[in-house]
Amino acid sequence: MEKRVKFKGLWLPILLVLPQFLITAIFFFYPAGQAIWQSLFIPDPFGLSMQWVGLGNFEFLLADRYYRASFLTTAVFSILVTVVSMGVALYLAVLADRLVKGSGTYRTLLIWPYAVAPAVAGVLWLFMFNTRVGVVTWYLGLLGYDWNHVLNEGEAMGLVVVASAWGRISYNFLFFLAGLQAIPRSVIEAAAIDGAHFWTRFRTIVFPLLSPTTFFLLVVNIIYSFFETFGVIHTITSGGPQQATTILVYKVYADGFVGQDLGSSAAQSVILLAIVSLLTVIQFKYIERRVHY
Amino acid sequence: MATLTLSNVKKSFGKTDVIHGISISVEDGEFIVIVGPSGCGKSTLLRMVAGLETITSGDVQIDGRRVNDQEPMDRDIAMVFQNYALYPHMSVFDNMAYGLKIARTPRAEIEERVAHAAKLLQLETFLQRKPRELSGGQRQRVAMGRAIVRKPAVFLFDEPLSNLDAKLRVQMRLEIKALQRELGVTALYVTHDQVEAMTMADRMVVMNGGIADQVGEPLEVYANPATEFVAGFIGSPPTNFLSADILGRSGDTKVGVRPEHTRLSDSGSLRARAAYSEALGAETLVHLKCADGTQVTVRQDAASTIPQEGNEVGLDWDPANEMRFDPSGRRC
Repeated sequence: MEKRVKFKGLWLPILLVLPQFLITAIFFFYPAGQAIWQSLFIPDPFGLSMQWVGLGNFEFLLADRYYRASFLTTAVFSILVTVVSMGVALYLAVLADRLVKGSGTYRTLLIWPYAVAPAVAGVLWLFMFNTRVGVVTWYLGLLGYDWNHVLNEGEAMGLVVVASAWGRISYNFLFFLAGLQAIPRSVIEAAAIDGAHFWTRFRTIVFPLLSPTTFFLLVVNIIYSFFETFGVIHTITSGGPQQATTILVYKVYADGFVGQDLGSSAAQSVILLAIVSLLTVIQFKYIERRVHY
Repeated sequence: MATLTLSNVKKSFGKTDVIHGISISVEDGEFIVIVGPSGCGKSTLLRMVAGLETITSGDVQIDGRRVNDQEPMDRDIAMVFQNYALYPHMSVFDNMAYGLKIARTPRAEIEERVAHAAKLLQLETFLQRKPRELSGGQRQRVAMGRAIVRKPAVFLFDEPLSNLDAKLRVQMRLEIKALQRELGVTALYVTHDQVEAMTMADRMVVMNGGIADQVGEPLEVYANPATEFVAGFIGSPPTNFLSADILGRSGDTKVGVRPEHTRLSDSGSLRARAAYSEALGAETLVHLKCADGTQVTVRQDAASTIPQEGNEVGLDWDPANEMRFDPSGRRC
């Protein structure tokens, strides 16, 4: 049965499509186009004139040691955030799925962190790990560990990863739980009768059947870790120490709005856009093949 | 090959008792059908034997060993589920081989056993397909195959035919029965369909509200129902029940007469009005209504005369075919 609406005139369909078109045009095409345009110029410090440099901004960036280091930082950061947030979420979802009593409360509590804005989450974690007054820092001190993420690059990275992954766990948890509950109970029972213990069942039955969910979350989480973690990094480390937590999106901001190099900043946005598009294409092309729908 | 013994098995969910104590002893190679309406606890009973539900009290023994506290995998059983419960991401071969692979059976033996089961079930050409590419009947066969390859002591069937269409159901009914005989495996089969129970069972257990009303051979149960419930549930169309009042007798004994034993006769003392009739070809079912509203069905040969709708006729039967039940529903 085909349910296709046929319009008589041309005006109504245009009117109906217009809101979505305007939103995409104003908030995506226009700024993206502007970024591409600006990436070809170097403006003077007062914003009075712009000088055409062609691909000069890109050439300069790719030769820049700090920019190349930022790629590595981004890769480490986004892999850690994705693995931590998805791993913990899956573990919690498996536990919640087995729960009979109180599962409603458990779920509700787990979903709360999702409502906390990344910048606020960043401040929360910053308070806990503050080098002078942080609760966790104090306890670590009692154990003889001197926590100082302001100086230690590894600790700084660890802290922004945990803070970014924390809020994300709720979101991933919801999807994993829904995915787990969509697996028919009898399939699990059949596997149990076939002799599979919990871990074998998980590896051979549950995880493969969960793969569409996992794949979706993988794409969404990587994009999240590329962009939306800005607030966390800005509040906790501001990209430091020694640029150890300057991921690509943070460098766009730092070079453009702090360093006032708008041409380079625009060029970085363009590169970032290209990377994320490429990653998503790769994910859909290669990983999706291994997904069982 | 094994015996299966249930002794006074009970199940409660919280404070609700679902199964009130059931004892059955299944001989080696016997095909037992548990039949009853939905909610009578028959599936729960089967799941307790499988180890998918805990046993509140009583004992389940397979081949003499108590299995109450054993995991499903250690009980040496195989189960066929109503929705087949095939692994959707695995091929037919992998579905059948799954249990053997987990048991670390040698590759050559796995292939041999799966090939044997596939041949038995005519699935040889489908081994590389995924379950979603199969029809309902084929999926049903794969579920059977998965049970067969493991060579279990006891087969458990949980309404395996209820998702199939009527024609396929009749065919699979015969196939399952033939297969079970050929393999000589003890089987416990749960269904709500009394025809399946009658045709497949060596002995059947009629369950009602968590109690086994009667255990016996199908024809014995049909001819000699122990309770009013069994008389009404087994047999289609169901037994006619007549109160002492309408028969003009004293006491409160209810009388049951099967439709094929009820005769239309002008001399019959019980009068009823013909409501409607269903011609099935070989026979015609005549539905009548007595003065107090009691429904009576009479099974008539197609050749015999069928009363006009609205006409009053007399009903009669051989007293030997009369089944009497006391007010609690027991035979008396």
